[in-house]
Amino acid sequence: MKRSLKVEETVFRVLMILSTAFILLILGVIIYSVFEKGMRALSLEMLTHIPEGGYYYGKGGGILNAIVGSMVLAFGATILAFLIGLPVALYINVFLHGKPKLVNLIRFILDLIWGIPSIVYGAFGFTLMVLIGLQTSLLAGIITVTLFILPIMIRSMDEIFRTVPMGLMEASYSLGSNKSELAFKIFTRQSVSGIITAVLLSFGRAIGDAASVLFTAGYTDNLPNSLLEPVATLPLSIFFQLASPVPEVQARAYASALVLTVIILIVSLFSRGLGKRYHKTKINF
Amino acid sequence: MEPAIKINNLDVFAGKTQILKNINCEIQKKMITVILGPSGCGKTTLLKCMNRLTDLYPELKVSGEILINEKNILDPGADIYKLRQSMGLLSQRPYPLPMTIYNNIAYALKLRGVTKRRELHKLVMDYLKQAALYDEVRNRLREPASRLSIGQQQRLCLARGLAVNPEIILADEPTSALDPISSRFIDEKFQELKKDYTIVVVTHVLRQARRIADNVIFMYLGEIIEQGPSTEFFENPKQEKTKLYLEGMFN
Repeated sequence: MKRSLKVEETVFRVLMILSTAFILLILGVIIYSVFEKGMRALSLEMLTHIPEGGYYYGKGGGILNAIVGSMVLAFGATILAFLIGLPVALYINVFLHGKPKLVNLIRFILDLIWGIPSIVYGAFGFTLMVLIGLQTSLLAGIITVTLFILPIMIRSMDEIFRTVPMGLMEASYSLGSNKSELAFKIFTRQSVSGIITAVLLSFGRAIGDAASVLFTAGYTDNLPNSLLEPVATLPLSIFFQLASPVPEVQARAYASALVLTVIILIVSLFSRGLGKRYHKTKINF
Repeated sequence: MEPAIKINNLDVFAGKTQILKNINCEIQKKMITVILGPSGCGKTTLLKCMNRLTDLYPELKVSGEILINEKNILDPGADIYKLRQSMGLLSQRPYPLPMTIYNNIAYALKLRGVTKRRELHKLVMDYLKQAALYDEVRNRLREPASRLSIGQQQRLCLARGLAVNPEIILADEPTSALDPISSRFIDEKFQELKKDYTIVVVTHVLRQARRIADNVIFMYLGEIIEQGPSTEFFENPKQEKTKLYLEGMFN
């Protein structure tokens, strides 16, 4: 190899290694600081009790209200977004196949909606609530978060469906399948691993967002027991605890952050595992 | 005898490029018709016109007439789902459906209207036997079809194609991705199947055409250069281009 080529190769390799290392370093620092500060305040009581003396000043009790609230809210929103998103993604790829201009326009619009900051969704959700006479509640939170994760859900499933090979479409059409059979029997089965990833990605966004639930879901020290009452969430519990003047409460914010991080970590690992398992049933290329 | 498929003045455009130019031909019943020609001559497009898979490609504009049982299938009102069911398709590489080996065939049978479990089971076994796949897969019917080898997958696709009870089998270079043994199986199977089915095979392999064809349609650059019975075509070609092709002057 020529000397100049060798130098070029080395320079780029070093640059790539450096940038990879930089990203890993940032990730490491974030996880370290969350764990380091969080572990000190974390206790079994925090995971199993609701706050004592209020979430803002209280040093006792735990964040069970936020853990359960976040789970319920994120599950509800994810299920709703899946039920709406799957047909949309299938419609784009099966029924609108052959109308590339329209499909591109829809994708462009979805990407635009994806880019809207979550606080805007929060504000929109609030307007919507006023309009239909709904108070801050679990239901309002679920609706707002559903709207927020819907473009993520649709576009990630859409990207998976785009990879379904043309030959498979031709094969199932040539057997006499109609479009809905192609969509629900072939496309969904071919894309199981991708659909799972899309769902869990959306779940991760739903459970981690603070701004969209700030005005819509509200906050409470109690466990959620009704769709029409406010519900606590982990991102907001971090937000409120960190803003507290009491140092012990501030420390508890890091414990909450740790819990949230671990939940998202478990969800990601779970999705990887499931994705791998179902990947084997796909056709081999 | 009435031809199985009669094509009159078929033109296909992709944008401003004409892919097929004034195609006129007949596909005879219960015979193997080979569409022969170098790569990119429009063979596959012609085949895809016959079961209207061309619909999937919006850039293609198809005009003319394709008569099957005296009905023009290019008519916008034609029942394309029924039309496609009357034809089995074997593509260049096998595309098993993302389900088990058993369900690949059961899916096709259900589309044809078979619903009783016992009948379904019996027919699945029958078609697996027809494609000489039964002995190899009898103990792994519940495994995903993707775990089969490419040759086995192509035979599964053949079994699946036969399961919708077609009259015509369309095959687009069905052996180009297969090993020699699987290829020979498919070729021999076609000889057997032509007793009951009309078969159209697209290929660019001269040897394969010689081996299996009853009739040949020779295409070059979107036009039919010559067509006729296989013996006539190979031993006494009329057109200059055909002679050159048979001597291996193209490609």
